[in-house]
Amino acid sequence: MNEFINIGWTKDEIAKKIANEFPHGSYVNLGIGMPELVSKFVDESKEIIYHSENGLLGMGPPANENELDFELINAGKKPVTILPGGSYCHHADSFSMIRGGHIDYCVLGAMEVSEGGDLANWTTGKGIPAVGGAMDLVVGAKNVFVMSQHTTKDGSPKFLKNCSLPLTGKSVVTRVYSNLAVLDVTPEGFKLKEMCEQIDFDLLQKVTEAKIISN
Amino acid sequence: MKINKLFNSVNDVMSDVFDGAVIMLGGFGEAGSPVELIHGLIDTKCKDLTIVANNAGNGKIGLGALIGENQVKKVICSFARSPKSITFKELYENNKIELEVVPQGTLAERIRSAGAGIPGFYTQTSVGTPLAEGKEIKIFDGKEYVLEKSLKADFALIKAETSDRYGNLTYNKTARNFNPVMCMAANQTIVQVKRIEGEENTDPEKIITPGIFVNKVTVVSDPIIESIAIDNGETYP
Repeated sequence: MNEFINIGWTKDEIAKKIANEFPHGSYVNLGIGMPELVSKFVDESKEIIYHSENGLLGMGPPANENELDFELINAGKKPVTILPGGSYCHHADSFSMIRGGHIDYCVLGAMEVSEGGDLANWTTGKGIPAVGGAMDLVVGAKNVFVMSQHTTKDGSPKFLKNCSLPLTGKSVVTRVYSNLAVLDVTPEGFKLKEMCEQIDFDLLQKVTEAKIISN
Repeated sequence: MKINKLFNSVNDVMSDVFDGAVIMLGGFGEAGSPVELIHGLIDTKCKDLTIVANNAGNGKIGLGALIGENQVKKVICSFARSPKSITFKELYENNKIELEVVPQGTLAERIRSAGAGIPGFYTQTSVGTPLAEGKEIKIFDGKEYVLEKSLKADFALIKAETSDRYGNLTYNKTARNFNPVMCMAANQTIVQVKRIEGEENTDPEKIITPGIFVNKVTVVSDPIIESIAIDNGETYP
């Protein structure tokens, strides 16, 4: 079993750290799943514009029962809302926003991240391979944040010298936010930015395959 | 003579489809998916089709039904996995259907570029991943890019909100998605709309797809909502 999966920061606390990082006026794409939590924690003094790659800029919260519209959905195919200042566009324009370098931040989940910033998050090599927009987002967004538990469910490290799974992108990750630490990807490798209070650096290094630079 | 791209029924607009055709299907999940046209395609019994779409269908409605009728030999899409996928999953696991996985932005751009007369383009997307294997890599300003070829179709099946007799289209919210670029990339673009706009023509400022990209239009005023139909256990045929 994995003793490290339930210690450190909660998912909400990680989401809040990420939300605090976005400057006012940022254009942000949040991946499906855990990254979606981030939008709940943006300080009201800031205005952040959320992009959903299926052609929605200015995405609002999930639709309630009265707002339900199956033609207004997000990239996870769930009904959502649109905020004032929002717009619709077709897929090629929406991905031009991504691939043309217009999205400031994207937040994605990860299966593995290497110390060189390689990301694997789309297939384990088994089952039906499905990539969606992940490969576009990681090369196009100005900052690529990974939001993930620090280890796999069985306790294996996720932050590695080299990824073993098929890559989503090579040298693409900017920063990693886990339940145990915030790590910057630098030319020298992972560099510690912040660590949760429940552990010390030796323990963090023990559950991280790649070497972490502590200062 | 007046231009008139409006047809009376789904059967009328599907009359040219043939075995082995490459067919684009608009939509992202159920939004913008031309379910009634796909059912019309099932009725033609055409087989060995190559389908270009974002997804590979849900339940036994629309694309899920077309695949279930064994009319599809290959799917080119970005995301074939879905909790409600039955028919694709079964055929794929038994090696009875081919899958070409394409990153979603590359898929959109391959379609758009075909419609714009551009045979290929270089992109950073997928560099260093299995999806770039075997493709030409070129370096621009010190960065690696992969060559992707454009993607044309014999037919595009499209769902739009409105049309006029010229085939000028408008869409509804995120049901726009792949539809406008697919209209540009097919030899014959077939459209289902919820209603015909006005007496004569659509306000030119509101048109998203100009009629030059559209061949045939028919009205399906109350289209199936896929997720509700699947939850209700509906199937086709």
